[in-house]
Amino acid sequence: MAELLLELFSEEIPARMQAKAESDLRDALTRGLTEAGVEFGEVTALSGPRRLAIAIDGLPEKSADVSEEKKGPKVGAPEQAVQGFLRGAGLTSIDQAEVRSDPKKGDFYVAVREIPGRPLEDIIAELVPQIVRGFHWPKSMRWGRGELRWVRPLQRIVCVFNGKTVEFEIDGLKSGNETEGHRVQGRGPFTVSSLDEYRTKLQQEGSVVLSREDRRLLIEEQAHKVCAEAGLELVEDKGLLEEVTGLAEWPVVILGDMDPAFLDLPGEVIQLSMRTHQKYFAVRDPKTGNLAPHFVVVANIEAKDGGKAIAAGNRKVLSARLDDARFFWDNDRNTPLEKMAGKLSTIDFKKELGTIADKVERVAALARELAPKVGADPDLAEKAARLAKADLVSEMVFEFPELQGVMGRYYALEAGKRAGVIPDAKRSGTQSAAEESGARTSSDELSGMTGFVDRLDEASVRAIADAIAMHYKPQGPSDEVPTEPVSIAVALADKLDTLVGFWAIDEKPTGSKDPFALRRAALGVVRIILENEVRLNLQDDILKTFNILISIPFADYISSRSSETALSDVEHLIRRHEFKFKLVHDFLSNENGQFDVMELAKAVHLSDVPQNYDYVRQLPIDISAANHPDEAWAFIHRNHPGEPKKYFLEDNEGAQLNLAGRTEVQRTDLLAFFADRLKQYLRDAGARYDLIDAVFALGEDDLVLIVKRVEALGAFLETEDGANLQAGYKRAVNILRAEEKKDGAEFAGTPDTSLFEQDEEKALYAAIEASSAEADAALKAEDFERAMAALAALRAPVDAFFEHIQVNAEKPELRQNRLLILNSIRDALQRVADFSKLAA
Amino acid sequence: MSAPTAREKPASFQDLILRLQAYWAAQGCAILQPYDMEVGAGTLHPATVLRALGPKDWRAAYVQPSRRPADGRYGENPNRLGHYYQYQVILKPNPANLQDLYLNSLYEIGIDPMVHDIRFVEDDWENPTVGAWGLGWEVWCDGMEVSQYTYFQQVGGLDVFPVSGELTYGLERLAMYVFGVDNVYDLPFNDPASAVPLSYGDVFLQNEREQSAFNFELADVEMLQTWFTGCESQSKALREAGKPLPAYDYALKASHVFNLIDARGAISPTERQAFIARVRDLARGAAELWAKQEEERAA
Repeated sequence: MAELLLELFSEEIPARMQAKAESDLRDALTRGLTEAGVEFGEVTALSGPRRLAIAIDGLPEKSADVSEEKKGPKVGAPEQAVQGFLRGAGLTSIDQAEVRSDPKKGDFYVAVREIPGRPLEDIIAELVPQIVRGFHWPKSMRWGRGELRWVRPLQRIVCVFNGKTVEFEIDGLKSGNETEGHRVQGRGPFTVSSLDEYRTKLQQEGSVVLSREDRRLLIEEQAHKVCAEAGLELVEDKGLLEEVTGLAEWPVVILGDMDPAFLDLPGEVIQLSMRTHQKYFAVRDPKTGNLAPHFVVVANIEAKDGGKAIAAGNRKVLSARLDDARFFWDNDRNTPLEKMAGKLSTIDFKKELGTIADKVERVAALARELAPKVGADPDLAEKAARLAKADLVSEMVFEFPELQGVMGRYYALEAGKRAGVIPDAKRSGTQSAAEESGARTSSDELSGMTGFVDRLDEASVRAIADAIAMHYKPQGPSDEVPTEPVSIAVALADKLDTLVGFWAIDEKPTGSKDPFALRRAALGVVRIILENEVRLNLQDDILKTFNILISIPFADYISSRSSETALSDVEHLIRRHEFKFKLVHDFLSNENGQFDVMELAKAVHLSDVPQNYDYVRQLPIDISAANHPDEAWAFIHRNHPGEPKKYFLEDNEGAQLNLAGRTEVQRTDLLAFFADRLKQYLRDAGARYDLIDAVFALGEDDLVLIVKRVEALGAFLETEDGANLQAGYKRAVNILRAEEKKDGAEFAGTPDTSLFEQDEEKALYAAIEASSAEADAALKAEDFERAMAALAALRAPVDAFFEHIQVNAEKPELRQNRLLILNSIRDALQRVADFSKLAA
Repeated sequence: MSAPTAREKPASFQDLILRLQAYWAAQGCAILQPYDMEVGAGTLHPATVLRALGPKDWRAAYVQPSRRPADGRYGENPNRLGHYYQYQVILKPNPANLQDLYLNSLYEIGIDPMVHDIRFVEDDWENPTVGAWGLGWEVWCDGMEVSQYTYFQQVGGLDVFPVSGELTYGLERLAMYVFGVDNVYDLPFNDPASAVPLSYGDVFLQNEREQSAFNFELADVEMLQTWFTGCESQSKALREAGKPLPAYDYALKASHVFNLIDARGAISPTERQAFIARVRDLARGAAELWAKQEEERAA
C-alpha cells in the first residue's frame, strides 16, 4: 500500500479561510479518488498560514481492473443489428463477442471489455491540477502574467506518491518534492518523500507546526502558562484563538504589559481594541476579576532576545491604539447624548423607512404605549428610547460598532455622575487627565451634559442607562433577555417597529435569506414576552406599531430641530417625502400631497445654507428660486400646473395596491411569523410546539396565555378523558361535515330542548351547558387546567350519546336537532383550542 | 538559503529613505520624484495607478508626500499628521519573489528578522475613487502596520494584465519604529551628528499647525465648491479631448478639493456620497481612457 502527499505552498493565506480550505481540499481529493474507483486508508489534512497539505495512505499502486459488459442482439439477429452492436462495442468481428444463454430469450451476444487499472500516478496527475484550477476561495486573485487563480500567489506544489514525485504542471508551476519551512527560522528547502519525513523535517528543521489542532493547543497551553506564571488569568476567546492559529507557523506566546492608566477605559473597549486591531488576548487579575494591565500576543518567531523587542514593540502599538480609544472616550463623554441623538437624522435606517431619527421617534412613541403593560414609567421609557440609538454617532461606536448600546450606557451613567445623581468615586478627587489636558469641550457644553438627567433619581438614570444597553437584546436564542421594565419596553418597541416596518415595505425573510435578522428580532420579542410574562395582545400592538409608522408626521421633527441640523440637507428632506409618500400611499388613501409639498417649500425657504440651493437646483423640479413658502408654492403651481402632488406620487403609482386590505394581510402574516418563532422557541425548550396552531387558530395573541393554554392542552390530551374526548370531537365533526355537505347547509345554532327524545340527548346537552359555563369561568380566570377539567366531564355523556343515539334520525327535525347537539360539542371544545388543527 | 540578516540602523529619517531608494533602484525600479500635485496617497501618483493599466511592463519607486486634511491635529498628536510621506513601489508584472524582495528592503533599513515578528495579515485593498482593488496584506512588525502590500486586480474598473505588485511604506511610522521614537516630531530628519541637526518637528511642526487651522477653520468652502465644479468640468473636457493624463490631474485636484471641503465638516453623509461619486466618475473616466490608449499604442 502506498501513500500520497500533496502540499500547496503559497504566500500568506488569510487566517479565516484556512480551515475551510483544508477541508475543501480534503473532500475534493477523496471524492476524486473515489470517483476513479480508488479505495484509500487514513486521510491527514493540515493547514496553516502558507500551506494546505493532505496525505492519504492505504492507496493501491494502480486502480482496480474493471470488466465492462455490453449486451448485444440475439444470436441469429439480422446482420444490420449485429453490425450496429459491433460498432457500438468497438469490436471488429462477432467472434470477439461471447455468447450467453437465457432460459427465456435464448442465446445472445455479449461484448466483454476488460479495462485495465491505471497507475495511481496518472490518476493523481490528472486529478490535482483539476482540483487546483477549480478550487473555490472566498476571494481569489491572479498574479504576474499568469491566468491561474489562487487565494494568494501559489509558490510550490509538492506531490509525492509512494516516495516519488508525481509530475504535472499547472500554469507554468511544476510539481516537485521540495518544500520550504518558516521564512526566517528554517526556510530549507526540504526534500520530502512521505508524510513522516514531511512532518519531521518541517517540525524539527523548518520550525513549522503543521497541524491546526497542534498549534491551537500549543497556543492555548502557552497562553495559560505565561499568565499563570505572572499570577494572572487569560481571558479566553475562542474566535481569536482560531484566528491566531492561522497567523503563525511557529507560535510563540509572549506576555506584554501596558500602562495601567489605560484601565480607566471601559473593559469592553480595551478588550475590543486588543482583539480587533492587534489580535491580542486580554488578561485579568484573578483576585478582582478585572482586566490586568497586560496582554498576550502570539508571535511567529523564537526571537534571539527572548521576545523583549517584540513585547516592547507591541506595547507601543497598543498604547497608540488605546490613546485613540481614550481620545474617543473623552470626546464622547463630553458630548451630551441628546446632542448625539440629534445627529441620527443623517443616518438611514432603511431608505423606505426613514432615518434612525425617524425610527427613534416611532420607538419612543411605542415604548411609551407599551410601558404601562410592562410596569415601566412611560416617561422613562420614552426618554430611554430617545437616547437608545444616540451612541451610533459616538466616536467609539464608529470605531467599534460592536459596542453599540454598551457605550450609550456608559455615557448615560456619565451624565448621571456629572449631575451628581450617581455617586462617582473618581470625580471626588481630581478630574480625569483628558479633561485637564483640555479635550475639545467648552464649559457651556459641559453644563448641557446633564440634560436628560434633569430631576431624575439614581434608579431612573440607571434604568435609562441599562435600557440603552439592553434594548438590542436578545441577539439570539442564547443571549440574555432584558428583565427591567424600562429595558423591556424599549427592547420590544425597537423590535416591533423593525418588524412592522419591514412587513410594511414587504421585505420579509425568504428561505435562508434574512439580511435584516428579522427572525432574530421576532424570536427576541417572543423571548422577552415569555421570559418576563409580559401580557400583550400582539395583534393590537402590531396594529399600534403600524399606526405609529404611518402617522408620525415628519414636520414635527423639523420644527423640533434647529435649522442647521434638520435643514442643512434638502436632498435628505426629499427622501423623507418619498418615504412618507410611499407609506401614505400604501396604507392610507388620503391625499396629503399638498401638505408635504408645502413643507418642502418651507424647508427650502428656511434653509439659509447657500449650497442647499445647489442641491435644489439639481432636483428635477426647480423651486430654488423661491424665497418664501408662498412663492415656492406658487412656483410649483406655475411649473407643474394641475396637481403638484402628482409629481411626487408618480414614482409610487405602480406600487399602488388595495391599501386597507394590504395592511390587514401584512398584520396577519406578521402574526403567523411570530407563531413560527414561538414554535421554534418551544421546540428548543423541549416543550410541545405541535399544539400552537390549534391555540393560535382561536385568535389568541397573548403569547403568555398561548403557552399556558398549550401546556394545559398538552396535559389534557395525555389523559384518557382528553384522548377520548378528542376522538369524540372528531367523530362529531366528521358526521357534521358529511351531513353539511349532503344538505349543502351549515348546522349552526342551539338545539331545541323540547325535541329531545332520549335521556342521552338530554344528559349530554345539560353537560355541555354546565361544562361550557364552568370552562368559561375558568378561562376568564386564566385557569386552563380547570377549563380542561370542566370539558373532561363531557367525555362520559359524549360516549353515551354516540353509543345510544342515532344521529341521522328518520324525522328530519330530529336529525337536525341532533346535528345541532354535535355542533354544541364542537363549540364547547372550541373554547380551549381548535381541535380540528390537532394532529391525530 | 541561509538565515537573513539585517544591516545596521540608518542614521536618520532621510537615510532610511535613501536606503530604500538605493535598494529599489538596484531592483531595476525607475526612481521617480514625487508627483507635483496634492494627493491623499502614493498610489494615486499616475506612475502607479495609470501605469498599472495596459500591457507594458513597468517598475518604479518614489517618495510621495500625502495630504489628508481631516487627519491634521495641529501638531498636537504624536502619531497623526495631515501631511506625511509614503514610499511607493510598483513592479509590473510582480516578480515571483516579491515577498522576499520586500522583506529584504526591511532588512536594508535595519529591521532584524531574527528579533522582530514580521507578519502578513490579510488586508484587501481598495480605492473606490479610482475603481481599484487588489488582494494582499498589511505587513506587521511587532504588531505595528509598517506597509501595505497589494497585488492589483482591477484599476479604473478594468481587470489588469499583467498584475502589478504594489508596496506602500508609511515612512514616518516605519521610522518611528526603527528609531524607537514615540513622537513623530522627535524623529531625526537628518543625521543628528551633522552640522545642523534637524528633527522632523523642525521641518514640519509649524506646517502641521498652520495647515490644520486652514483645513478645519479657514478654508473657504464656497470658493472650494466653485473650484470643485471647475476641476470637474476641466477634467471632463480633457477626457472629451482624448487627453487622459491632464484629465486625471484634474480628477486628483477635484479629489483634494473635496477632501478640504469634507475636513471643514460642511458635508452631510448623503452629500458626501454624491461628491465621492463625482470624483470617482472623473478618475475612472481618465483611467479607462488611458488604458484604452495604452492598448492601442501597444498594438
